[in-house]
Amino acid sequence: MAKIKNLFLIFTVFIFSSASLMAKTELTVYTAVEAEDLKKYAATFNEDHPDIEINWVRDSTGIITAKLLAEKDNPQADIIWGLAGTSAMLMKSEGMFEPYAPKGLDQLDPKFRDSANPPSWTGMDAWVAAVCVNTIEAEKYGLPMPGSWEDLTNSVYEGHVAMPNPNSSGTGFLDVSSWLQIFGEDGGWDYMDRLHKNISHYTHSGSKPCKQAASGEVPIGVSFAFRGARSKEAGAPIEIIVPAEGVGWEMEATAIIKGTSNLEAAKTLADWSISRKAMEMYNDAYAVVGMPGVAKPVKHFPEGLLEAMIKNDFEYAAKNRKDILAEWQRRYDSKSEPKS
Amino acid sequence: MKKSRDDYLTLFFISIIGFYILISLAFPMYAILSKSFENKDGEFIGLENYQSYFENSSLVYSIYNSLFVSIVTMVITISLAFVFAYALTKSRMAGKGVFRSIAMIPILVPSLLSGISLIYLFGKQGIFRELLMGYEIYGPIGIIIAEVFYTFPHALLIIVTALSIGDARLYEAAKVLRSKSIRTFFTVTLPSAKYGVISAAFVVFTLVITDFGIPKVIGGNYNVLAVDVYKQVIGQQNFEMGAVVSMVLVFPALIAFAVDRIVQRKQVAILTSRSVVHEPNESKTFDRIMFGYCSLISALILTILGMCLYASLVTFWPYNLTLSLKNYQFDLMDGGGWDSYYNSIRMASYTAVFGTIAVFAGAYFVEKARSLKTGRSILHLLSMMPMAIPGLVLGLAYIFFFNHPDNPLNFLYGTMAILVICTITHFYTVSHLTALTSLKQIDNEFEHVSSSLKQPFYKTFFRVTVPISLPAIFEIGIYFFVNAMTTVSAVVFLYSSKTTLASVAVLNMDDAGDIAPAAAMGMMIFYTNAAVRIVYVLITKKILVRFQNWRVKTT
Repeated sequence: MAKIKNLFLIFTVFIFSSASLMAKTELTVYTAVEAEDLKKYAATFNEDHPDIEINWVRDSTGIITAKLLAEKDNPQADIIWGLAGTSAMLMKSEGMFEPYAPKGLDQLDPKFRDSANPPSWTGMDAWVAAVCVNTIEAEKYGLPMPGSWEDLTNSVYEGHVAMPNPNSSGTGFLDVSSWLQIFGEDGGWDYMDRLHKNISHYTHSGSKPCKQAASGEVPIGVSFAFRGARSKEAGAPIEIIVPAEGVGWEMEATAIIKGTSNLEAAKTLADWSISRKAMEMYNDAYAVVGMPGVAKPVKHFPEGLLEAMIKNDFEYAAKNRKDILAEWQRRYDSKSEPKS
Repeated sequence: MKKSRDDYLTLFFISIIGFYILISLAFPMYAILSKSFENKDGEFIGLENYQSYFENSSLVYSIYNSLFVSIVTMVITISLAFVFAYALTKSRMAGKGVFRSIAMIPILVPSLLSGISLIYLFGKQGIFRELLMGYEIYGPIGIIIAEVFYTFPHALLIIVTALSIGDARLYEAAKVLRSKSIRTFFTVTLPSAKYGVISAAFVVFTLVITDFGIPKVIGGNYNVLAVDVYKQVIGQQNFEMGAVVSMVLVFPALIAFAVDRIVQRKQVAILTSRSVVHEPNESKTFDRIMFGYCSLISALILTILGMCLYASLVTFWPYNLTLSLKNYQFDLMDGGGWDSYYNSIRMASYTAVFGTIAVFAGAYFVEKARSLKTGRSILHLLSMMPMAIPGLVLGLAYIFFFNHPDNPLNFLYGTMAILVICTITHFYTVSHLTALTSLKQIDNEFEHVSSSLKQPFYKTFFRVTVPISLPAIFEIGIYFFVNAMTTVSAVVFLYSSKTTLASVAVLNMDDAGDIAPAAAMGMMIFYTNAAVRIVYVLITKKILVRFQNWRVKTT
């Protein structure tokens, strides 16, 4: 009998022990930052604050946004660090943030903060849309180098373009919202109707089209500049194109979730997230950061990218996010049906 | 009759195991069912969700797609596996052991690894792309090839068993009556294996229709039910619609399960105590054909695995083919890095240990307990239920049940424990059946004797039953371990930032476009499972010698 009792005792201890290991302050951080940078972000932060341990929950922007909204009444995150500004604006309107003015707020470019006082979110950096073209594959299929968004609707590119699904990907959403601003609402949807004919598939993540272009799975990937630069660095035969009409962009933001049980630690991270050290860290990959005067040029970034950034109306994008996504899904998600 | 201490103990343990299955299966299933009738605010809205589901043409189209790939895969897999099994059981070709081991390889890898391999073989940069003659691998073709790879060993195991019970006396009779071998095949071999084949067909059907890793990786724009569940829940956090699609998915799985159960029952009746094991005759031509066939199939399996191994070592496919370990730097990728690999090993070990204890104890009470007939049949019924529930649906049901704020078990949510519980439950039934088969071989006299000697049952259990059943116990343990390493569907909704898993990392890395690292992580799972299997074979040989001496007659 003792044996059986022991077995069950061991069973209970084993099952429950994994639930109750607690050490230093742990922050659950929701993010859409590229996975390869997460360790670096945490390590650099821990140089200054070794007592706070970061638990990352990472996915594409749309997924993280949907997850945060779904958990609204029972939040699991303490803070967001590296989520699209439009998503942050949307969550602010749902009253999900704890307004807080981090130390050094006055150093930030005013564009990179919520205009309310104290602000609900602060910006970190901006990422910019771009088109990755695989030169070897383009030659193989006899594709001319595209120079503009309009070029991509040319029928020579039929089946040769991949782009991210805006429902899951923040990059996909900034593409769509920028087209609606560049071409106007009707013109934008008309553009996407024509582009849709050339799309081979919509991906879950915003980096995937460029990674697929890098490996030749698809000749052209609508993605963002930083991803293209990284792939080029890795030896991929790609050109990063800045379409002539201008490119959409989006900032990444930090915001404290209302009701967090680790408010002090979350504030520490929010302070640090706009520090000079953090800005220099973002600049490794992002050509535009929230603190003016910090940014240095990033290797492999195409020329004229910063000048091509459109005057982005984030309020418009955030306010209409839900409707835009629903409309997009109605029009294009049916690529799921087999082509006849 | 006065109840003895044994009876109370039996009642106690049966209740515990029954209660475990209720909590880990029945309650969550009730939660997901009721969720499918609720709106976002948790109000009951009847069939409204189902109505909007059936009004969405692209979602409904998935039903057709799912049935199509499942049925086509079923036909192909069963045909291929039948000939392979026929070669293993009815020929005298050389290398049977090697062929058998190679055929089992797909069990040791996550299902989506075959999809990844196909991208390298037949994708836009694939080495055998021309073989597709212009067709796309992304879509039904890719799904079906990958699913055939994945389901082959499952079908093979069942058909081999069915073919090996063919009664030699019937073959003798056929020979005496000068029946041609073709005729013997159709009148003797096929009928005796009929139920096994049907059962294998339904197992394959269920595996394919509930699998979501393969269509996710290689399905392109071809949507199937299982991927819809994932998209609704992860992509749009629309849990109610996820619940609805889950219910649609459970339906065909339930039917397949019911048919399989009925067929299994009939299968048992063929084997009588007078049956004689059939030994195949030698026929050089036939053996050579069979050898060629098995070599071909084995070569295909090894190609798919080998491609992944190669792809995982190539620095930058297809432009820089120098070999390096760059893709094994998981810490720079999505999916949780090397931690997820170690988490998987921990998870698989816990699952193996606790799963085996629960299953074997449960099967023991069902088969050997001396009282509580009703309780035992209820327990058996409960133990059979997990097989009918797709892993994806079970995982989603756990979110609804365990993450409910009023649930006292809420604290389990997001822990390693919930992953272990879900995995044990998901793979409970097959283990339960293995344990039962082994226990049935032990004569009930042992229990009767110990009872009349007034020995408590647990003494017999630990001194007789467990030692005799050790091979089966190890088999169950290894089954749990290997499946816990490879499963994606059961755990994809349940892992947290601290309990990321290797199999899910394969999925997430592929999602982010890091397909070579995904292949690398898949290979890590393969190495681990293969190593564990080899160690297991070595250990059981030793243990078999020690504990199974009694099986050898000493005259």
